Amino acid sequence: MNAAISSSLDCYHCSLPVPANSDYPVEINGHTHSMCCPGCQAVAMAIVDGGLENFYRFRTESSARPQQKKNDFKVYDLQDVQIDFVLPLEDNLRRAQLLLEGITCAACSWLIEHQLKGLQGISAFRVNASTHRLSVDFNADQILLSQIMDELDSIGYAAQPATDDRQQALLKKENRTALMRLSLAGFGMMQVGMVATALYAGAIQGMESQWQYYLRWISLIIATPVVLYSARPFFVAAWRSLKHRSLSMDVPVSLAIAGAYSASCWATITGSGEVYFDSVSMFTFFLLLGRFFEMRARHSNRMAAGNVAQLMPLSALLIAQSGHNQGESFEPRAVPVKSLQLGDRVLVKSGETLPCDGEVVAGRSAVVEALLTGEPNPVDKTPGDRVVAGTLNGDSVLEVEVTAIGAQTQLSAIERLVNDAAQDKPHQAAIADRLSRYFVAAVLLVSGVVFGVWWQIDASHALWVTLSVLVVTCPCALALATPAALTAATSWLRRHGLLITRGHALESLGKVTTVVLDKTGTLTLGHLAIAKVDCLPSCELSNEQLLAVAAALEFGSSHPIASAFKPFCMGLKAKEVRHFTAAGVEASITFNGNLLTYRLGYPEFSLQLCSSEYTPDQRQGQWLLLASNQGPLAWFQLSDQPRESAAPMVAALQQQGINIELLSGDRSSAVADLAQELGIAKYRSGASPEDKLDHIRQLQARGELVLMVGDGVNDVPVLSGADISVAMAQATDLAKTRADSVLLSGDLTIIPRAMHKARDTRSIIRQNLAWALAYNVIALPLAAMGMIPPWAAAIGMSTSSLVVIGNALRLNR
Amino acid sequence: MDSLYFLIPLALILTGLAIKCLFWAVNSGQYDDLDTEAHRILFDEDLIKTKPEKSASATSKPHSK
Repeated sequence: MNAAISSSLDCYHCSLPVPANSDYPVEINGHTHSMCCPGCQAVAMAIVDGGLENFYRFRTESSARPQQKKNDFKVYDLQDVQIDFVLPLEDNLRRAQLLLEGITCAACSWLIEHQLKGLQGISAFRVNASTHRLSVDFNADQILLSQIMDELDSIGYAAQPATDDRQQALLKKENRTALMRLSLAGFGMMQVGMVATALYAGAIQGMESQWQYYLRWISLIIATPVVLYSARPFFVAAWRSLKHRSLSMDVPVSLAIAGAYSASCWATITGSGEVYFDSVSMFTFFLLLGRFFEMRARHSNRMAAGNVAQLMPLSALLIAQSGHNQGESFEPRAVPVKSLQLGDRVLVKSGETLPCDGEVVAGRSAVVEALLTGEPNPVDKTPGDRVVAGTLNGDSVLEVEVTAIGAQTQLSAIERLVNDAAQDKPHQAAIADRLSRYFVAAVLLVSGVVFGVWWQIDASHALWVTLSVLVVTCPCALALATPAALTAATSWLRRHGLLITRGHALESLGKVTTVVLDKTGTLTLGHLAIAKVDCLPSCELSNEQLLAVAAALEFGSSHPIASAFKPFCMGLKAKEVRHFTAAGVEASITFNGNLLTYRLGYPEFSLQLCSSEYTPDQRQGQWLLLASNQGPLAWFQLSDQPRESAAPMVAALQQQGINIELLSGDRSSAVADLAQELGIAKYRSGASPEDKLDHIRQLQARGELVLMVGDGVNDVPVLSGADISVAMAQATDLAKTRADSVLLSGDLTIIPRAMHKARDTRSIIRQNLAWALAYNVIALPLAAMGMIPPWAAAIGMSTSSLVVIGNALRLNR
Repeated sequence: MDSLYFLIPLALILTGLAIKCLFWAVNSGQYDDLDTEAHRILFDEDLIKTKPEKSASATSKPHSK
C-alpha cells in the first residue's frame, strides 16, 4: 500500500481539502490516510496509538480541525485560577467543569471517555455531547488538571474552563423538569386512555352503573397528577399573562384543562354528566411534547451558536505591581486577570489575547484589532501606543501597563452599546399572537353566552354544554398552527446551514427590504490569502517554487500573513529564522542545492539584503517582496478574498428587489473595490460601531426592515439593533449570541433562499390558521346546541391538529 | 369481573413505581445527554480484533490506495 496522494483529497480527520504537495500520512485500520496538516496528523496518531481507531468508524460527522498552536494549560493548575470552575470535594479530590471545543458527534464522547479511562488519578468523569461539557473528578495528588487538559488536547479537543456554571445548571434543571412533566403526562394519557376505552365501549353497549362509577374514579386518580404537575406550566403562564392584562394562548389552554378536569371531577363525584379525563391528559401530553421539542431545539441551538467561550483570557503574566516597589519588575508569574490592578505591568506573548486595556511600555509587535475595527491587517504597536483587551498580539512580546480592566475596558463598552441597541429593537408582533388574543376573547365570550342561554332553557345542562364548547374549541389546532410551521421551516433552514436562534427572525425574514452587509469575514473570507504572484524578469524560479520558499520563511510564525503561505509548504527547512517586527522575516534556506539567505517583507526591508539597482514601483494593495542575497525575486499580493457565494447572493437579492448596502469598518479602498466587484451600489467605509448603528436606525426610520449580516465584535451593536441579524459561523461568540441567526455553512446564498422560505412559511401559517378557525367556527354552534358527544369532540380535535401538522410538514421538503 | 377491583389498582401501583423509577433516572442525570446514549449501543468495544478492512471503507471517507 504505497501512499500515492493525489491533490483532490479531503483530510481523513477533518474533511478539509488536503493541500497539494503536503505529506501527512497516518495508518488507520490498515489503510494509509492523508491528513491536511500536522495538527490533524498528530491528533490522528494519538488516537491510533491509544488503540482507539474505532472512533473513525463510530463517528457520524467529521472532526473539527485542531488548532495549530500548542496550548499551554499550566496556568490552570494555579489555585487562584481554579476558583472559578473547580469544586473541591473531600480529601484531595477535585471536580472540574470543562468546556470542550471540537465535539462534533456522539463518537467524540466515546473517544474522550476511552482516552481518560487510561489516566491515573481520575476517579469519575462524564462527557455530555449535547452541551460539549466534561465534568471530571480527579485526585490533585496524582494528576494535575493541566495534564488532563493536555491529554484532551492531544486527541483534538481544546479544553477550557466552563465558568458559566449557573446558567448550565438552569438549563439542566429546565430539561429535567420538562422530561418529568412530559413522561408523567405520557403515562397518564395511556392509562386514562385504556380506562376511557372501556367507558366508551360501555356507553355504546351499556354497562352497570357501579362499573362506570368505579372506572371514572380510577380515571380521576390517574388524571389528577397530570393536571396538577404536568399541566402546571400552562397555568403559571396563563396567570402571568392575565396579570399583565393580556390574553395568551395559555389562557384558553388552562381554561380548557382546568374546566374539563373540574367538571369531570364533579361528574364523577355526583355520578352525572360526562367525564373528559382522557381528553385532558392527551391534550396536556401533546402540548407538552411540542414544547419539549421546541426547548430541545432552543438548547441545542444555543450550543451550536457558540459555546459561550470567553473572549478574554483567564490569566495574565504579571511582571511588575503598582503601589509599593513601583516599577520594580520581577520574574513573570501567572495571575488571574481578576486580580490585576491599574498600573500593573503584564507581559503578553505572541499569539496571546490581551487581558486588559493598556499602554505599551516596551516591545514592538503587530496587534490584530479585527475584533474592534473589522480590519484584518495587524496594527503596529510601539511603546506609548494604546492596546485593547480582547485583541490578539501578533508576532512578538509586549510589555503592557494596565489602564483598564473588567467592566471599564472598551470591549465592555461595546457590550453596553449592545444592550442599549437590543432594548430599542423593533419587535414584530406575531400574527398568531394577535389572532389568538381575539380568538381567546371570542371563545370566552361565546362560552359565557352559551352558559347564560342554557341556564334559561335547562339549568341542569348548562355546565356540560359550556364545557363541551370549551373542549371542542380547545385551541389545539390553533395553538399548533404557528409553531408547527415555524419548527418545520427552522429545521429545513438548519439543514441548509442557517441556524435560527430567535423565534421572531423567521417571521420577519420574508418582509426584509434592505440587507446590510459587513465586509471583512462576511463578504470576504476574513483572512489573508495569496491573490497574485508577480515573478520578476530576472528570476528563474517557477511560481510554485517561489511560494515554497516563502512558505518556508513564514513557517511556524503566528503572524496572520504567515497563514496565507501555509498551503504552499513543501517541506523546505529554513534555518536562522529572524523576525523583524513591521518589516519582514529573514532566513537561510537550502534550495536546489544552493544555500541562500532570503528575505520576505516590505520592499525596503527585502532590498537591503541585496545590493540591487531595482527600485520598487508603487503598487495598489498589500504587496510583499521576496529577495535573496543575489537579488529581488518576486512580488506576492495578499488580499482578503471574497467568498465564492458572495456574488450569487447579491444577484439573487437584487432579483428579489431588495436593497443591498455594504457597511464596513475598514478604511481602505478595498471596500469600494469589493462593492464594485459584486455590483453593490451603496457602500460606506470607515464606519465605527456607532456609525453603523446610526445608519441602521436611519434606514428603520424610513420604514425599511433591515437584515444585517456581520461577524466581528464591531458589528455586535448593529446586529442587535437590526430587525433581523445573521452572524457568520466564524464570528466572535459575542456576535453569535447577539444575532438572531447564525450562518453555519458560510454559504451566503442561503440568505435569499431563507427569505423565500420565510414567505412560504407565512402562507402556510395563514392556511393553518384559516383551517383551525374554520373548524372551530363549524364545531362551535353544534357544540353550543349540545349536539356533540365527547368522543366526537375528541376525534374532531385530533383531526384538525393532524391536518395542521401535515400542512406544516410540507415546508420541510 | 370482580377481579377488576383488585387488578386495576395493582396496575396503578405498578405505573406509580414505573414513574418513580423514571423520575429517579432523570434526576440522576441519565437523560441529560440524549445524543451519546442513542449511539452508545453502536460503539463495539471488541471489533478492533476483527478484520478492519471492510469497516474502514464503510465510513465513506475518501482514502488513498
